[in-house]
This record gives sequence, structure tokens and C-alpha cells, in this order.
Amino acid sequence: MRGFRPLFFSKAMPPTDAVAIERRFEPRAQADYNEAPNLPTRQPWMDAFFKNLTRFFAFFVFSILAAILISLLFHSQLTLSKFRFDFLSNAEWNPVTEEFGALVPIYGTLVSSAIAMIIGIPVSFGIALFLTELSPTWLKRPLGTAIEMLAAIPSIIYGMWGLFVFAPLFAEYVQPALIKTLGAVPIVSPLFKGPAMGIGMLTAGIILAIMVIPFITAVMRDVFDLVPPLLKESAYALGSTTWEVVWRVVLPYTKIGVVGGVMLGLGRALGETMAVTFVIGNSHRLSASLLAPGNSIASSLANEFTEAVGDLHSSALIELGLILFLITTIVLALSKLLLLQLAKREGKKT
Amino acid sequence: MKSQFIERVLSCAALALTIGVTAAGVTAPAAASDITGAGATFPYPLYSKWAEAYKAKTGVGLNYQSIGSGGGIKQIIAKTVDFGASDAPLESAELDKNGLVQFPTVMGGVVPVYNLPGIKPGALRLTGPLLADIYLGKVAKWNAAPIAALNKDLKLPDQDITVVARSDGSGTTFIFTNYLSKVSAEWKEKAGNNTSVKWPAGVSGKGNEGVAAYVQRLPGSIGYVEYAYALQNKMSYVQLQNKDGSFVAPNDKSFRAAASNAQWEKSPGFYLLLTEQAGKESWPITGATFILMHKKQDKPENAAIALKFFEWAYDGGDQLALDLDYIPMPDNVVKLVKSEWKKIQDANGKPVY
Repeated sequence: MRGFRPLFFSKAMPPTDAVAIERRFEPRAQADYNEAPNLPTRQPWMDAFFKNLTRFFAFFVFSILAAILISLLFHSQLTLSKFRFDFLSNAEWNPVTEEFGALVPIYGTLVSSAIAMIIGIPVSFGIALFLTELSPTWLKRPLGTAIEMLAAIPSIIYGMWGLFVFAPLFAEYVQPALIKTLGAVPIVSPLFKGPAMGIGMLTAGIILAIMVIPFITAVMRDVFDLVPPLLKESAYALGSTTWEVVWRVVLPYTKIGVVGGVMLGLGRALGETMAVTFVIGNSHRLSASLLAPGNSIASSLANEFTEAVGDLHSSALIELGLILFLITTIVLALSKLLLLQLAKREGKKT
Repeated sequence: MKSQFIERVLSCAALALTIGVTAAGVTAPAAASDITGAGATFPYPLYSKWAEAYKAKTGVGLNYQSIGSGGGIKQIIAKTVDFGASDAPLESAELDKNGLVQFPTVMGGVVPVYNLPGIKPGALRLTGPLLADIYLGKVAKWNAAPIAALNKDLKLPDQDITVVARSDGSGTTFIFTNYLSKVSAEWKEKAGNNTSVKWPAGVSGKGNEGVAAYVQRLPGSIGYVEYAYALQNKMSYVQLQNKDGSFVAPNDKSFRAAASNAQWEKSPGFYLLLTEQAGKESWPITGATFILMHKKQDKPENAAIALKFFEWAYDGGDQLALDLDYIPMPDNVVKLVKSEWKKIQDANGKPVY
């Protein structure tokens, strides 16, 4: 996963590499040319060409993004004009009467991703902490590789594992216990009601958590590794415990990377399709219980798009896609805002 | 030295890209002599088997994309393929509107399957209205009085029924809900008949394999899958009461009975659903899969090639169909189909076939 680094981690490039790259593009001294007489001399048009080429690619990506947004808007016109904002609050999804509302899939997407984050973030943090601060050196590499390999497993494998292995065990041992214990606690009891089927919103959230943990862990570990030893050792020298070093030194130093890793995981959870389809139960019914089957935006699309015959049906599905697009954009924007807030407070608190 | 290496890699990549693009440009027209089709997923295994055999015999290939019935209908209306394929037939008004001809190719059955520990496969008996009530969530226990009355010799457990449906839109769902709508007015009103419906109860799995997995996983569940799928996975199927009142098991004999008792000649545009057909041996949830072609052909030679393929499939493809647990059309229906082909004409009104 080391190769998988969003742009805002350019800071995360190891310093030796950066120096090497800079050196590579330094103008050659005359002596160099003498050494390698076959090299062509530098042409001024090449610089311009290269600059324009890279600029073209950068704008190309942007125009693809715009094109996706426009085509989503265009093809969902029918439902946009017919249902307007009711689409967001309507829990009905009936292809026969052609009444469509996105509340159930939106709810399912947000709740399953939230469960994934609630489980995934602390676990990833723990793993990254262990790998960078506590683990014996000989264990670091095999453990790190194992976690990176988890990220390389195709999502459908997680889905099949979830359905055939995890769900039966979950239904037999965990869910009955949840119903008995948390199902009896006054406030949270509606969340843990219903028959123990093994599939449903909670299962989907847990499978998603397992899927995002390697992503978040890999990013967190990489950025934790970047903290200058000088800072950590200074803190240790002042008598800090490992926890204090991590909480007061490592985390503040790497917060941008950590938030970025979390967002990367959240982005994956929101858009995950196959694994969720397998275990969420695919039912367009709103239910308070986390043990009941639900539906997510991505899995509704995967399920219904091929056989959506009516214009209104396919339009509704495309609008679902548009909503997912907007949700991820909002999440990304919120993370940027969060970072800005953090940057503002910098230095004010000791 | 490093930069030289990078340059070399880049130029190699550029060269490979150029070759790739050129190659794609050259090979695309070569496929023009092949038949192109798109649509239903249910007959896909058979169409590809037929295509393989036909290619070996004649050299003409079939490029069939199983993108789903909805996609097939869209593609044929947009004229991007020689034929579209749909599991649900189009009504004749719809056919006329788009200038299309429709004909059935093969049949299959939809089979309710269950997972009840202690009950032998094939032992459970149900009626259509009862099946509808189960799917409506009205009959929610396996030992409920209506089920017990039909199965006096079975020891039914005091267990909740978990209803399993298809989450993806599918022809299987279309046939199944068509049957439920025919036998239950309440189902027709509350859920209706479509490739995907709003299921009043239970969970849904993606594809036949998803439904099968849920049914095998959840004790006390009932689901529905294509016959071939139930057979290959040795699932416990239900005996259903048909229109004539007898309980039948799903097999090729009972599917054929349903098809031969159907009145194809009285159905314009072959708009006929084989659910709840008369006949003592008829399996009540049977359905055919359909081919759609344009009446007025811009490329009559392509249409002729496609029709030749289907003629070969009707005449010589029966065994291949049976091998894959599809049911070939009876001879009298094939005769009707071939006369329907006269409607497919070139620009001058001359039949292409």
C-alpha cells in the first residue's frame, strides 16, 4: 500500500528520495555531457511541450469530473423534476408503481459507513501505533506486509467470506448475545431487535470495517514513521510515557496524514458495492434495527441497473449515483474544513 | 544515467500505446460479419453454447452481451445490435410503437425452494395463493394452519418463515411475480408484477446464487430460483398446485406441458406468459425468454444471418438446451415463430428470410 498515496501526502515522501529526484533534474554540468556524448542536447520546445502535456492531463482529469457530474444531472432530469426534494425524504422504492425515494439507500450508506468508521478508526490507530512504536523490529515487516495484503484482496472476496463464513457465525454466536444484552438496554434497544439472521446493516458495517482497516492503517503507519526521531526522543527524555508521546507529539505532527487516511477509508466505505450487496440484505425497508436488512446506494445500483426497464426507474438510479457523488464531495469538503480548523488552532494550545 | 532509462521506458510505453490503438482500430471491423445481440442474462449460458456450436459449423460467430433485459430492449431500440433479448415479453402495443418483432427461444421454470430441517426435499406442498400469502408476510410460521392443512403427513416446525427474494431486477422475478399476481389479487395490488418489485417481507439476495446462498444459510427460509439452478445445487423444491388442481413437481415434463397447453396462436406478438397454464401436468411458474428484432431492417443481410442462426438453434439446438436444463420450444410454436419471421423485411418490404 505504500504506493497508494493521495496527493496531499506529498509531504510523506522520504527525504532521501526527494533529494534524489531534485538531483535528477538539476541542469547537467558540461563535464556530464562529456561523459555521455550520445545524449541529445536539451531543446527549449521540449520543456514547453512537457509543461503543456502535464497541464493537459491535469485539466483532463478535471474535465472528466465535470463531465460525470453533467451526465449524472442530465440523465436524472426525469426524477429530479418529478420528485424534487421529496426524493431525499421518501422511503418508498417501488418499481411497479414507479414511485421512488432515496431515503433507505442513503440511510443504509451512511449508517453502514459510520459503523465501519466507529470500528475501523480505533483498530487502525492501534495497529499503526503498535507497528511504529511498540513492535519488535523483526515483527514490523511481516505484520506490515500482512496488513497491506489485506488491502489487495478484491472486495467480492470479502463479500463472499462475509456471507458464507462470517454471517453464519455472527448469527449463531454474536447476534443472539447482542439481542439479549444491548437489546434490553432502554435507549439503544431499538437498534438491536429482530431475528438473528446474520445479514443486515451491522454485518455490512463490520465487513466494511475489515475492508477499510488496512487502508487507514497503512496511511497512519507511513505518517507515524515520518515523525522526526528527535522530537520523540526529546519527549521521552522529558519523561513522557509512550502514550503521551503518541498523543502529544506523533498525532499533532501527523494529523493531516491521519485525517487523510481516515477520509480514504471513509471514501472506500461509502462507495463499496459488491461486499455490501452480499451481506446487507438488499431490502428497501426502513428499519431502526441494525440487525435488520437494509440497502445502500452502491448496492441498489449494482442490483437494479441492468434490468431497469422504465425510464423513471433508471433515472431514479442515476439520481442515486448523483447523491453518492455529492455525499463523497461533502465528506471531502468537511475533511478539508476540519484540517483548516486544526491549522487555525495550531500553537494556541500547549 | 537514470534519466536515460526513464526516457527509454517512456518511449516504449508510447510505442506500445500507439500499437494498441492501431490494433484496436484494425480488428474492430473484422467482427462485422458476426451476429451481435444483447440482453437477458437467463438464456446467456445457452446462447453462448449455441454460438460455439454454430461457429464450429458455419464460421459465423455470435457476439452476445448479457447486459440484462432492460439493456437489451434499449440496445435494440437504439439499433446498436442485430437482436435484443428479454426475459419479459413486450406487449404488442409496445412492439408496434418501436417497430419490433418478438419471438420466444427457450423456456425455463422458476422453482420455490426451501430450507426446513427435518422435511424431505420435494415433500412440501403449497398452493399459489398460499405462496403469495407467505411472500406478503401474512403466513409467517411454518406450522401455520394453511400450510399444515396441505401437509398433514409432515411434521412442520414452529419456526418463523424467512422470505428470500431476488434483489437484482431479473426475468426470474418477472415470471415469479407474474404468477403471484395471477393467483392472488392482494399480491397484484400490493406488490405487482415486474422485473423488480417492492417486496413486502424478508431479505433479498443478488442473483440466483445470492438467493440460493441465503436459503441454504437461513433455516426456515423459502426462496425462488431458476429450475436449472435448483437442480444443479440439489435444493429442496416445493410441489405446487396447478390450475387444474393437481400437485406437480418441477421438471422438464411439467414445463413442456405448460408450454404445449398455452395458446400461442391466439397471442399476438407472442405476448404470452406461461404462468398458471391449464393442464393436469403443467408446472404453474413457467416462462419463456424472447428475442426482439426490428421489422424494418436497415441491414437486411445482418438480419438474415441472425435468423439463420435461430433457425439452426430451433432445428438442431434442442439437445444443447436440454443439457443445460433449458426446455426447447414445442414444434408447433417453432412453426408459428418461423411464419412470424416473414414480418422482418428490408426497405422494399421484401422478407429478409
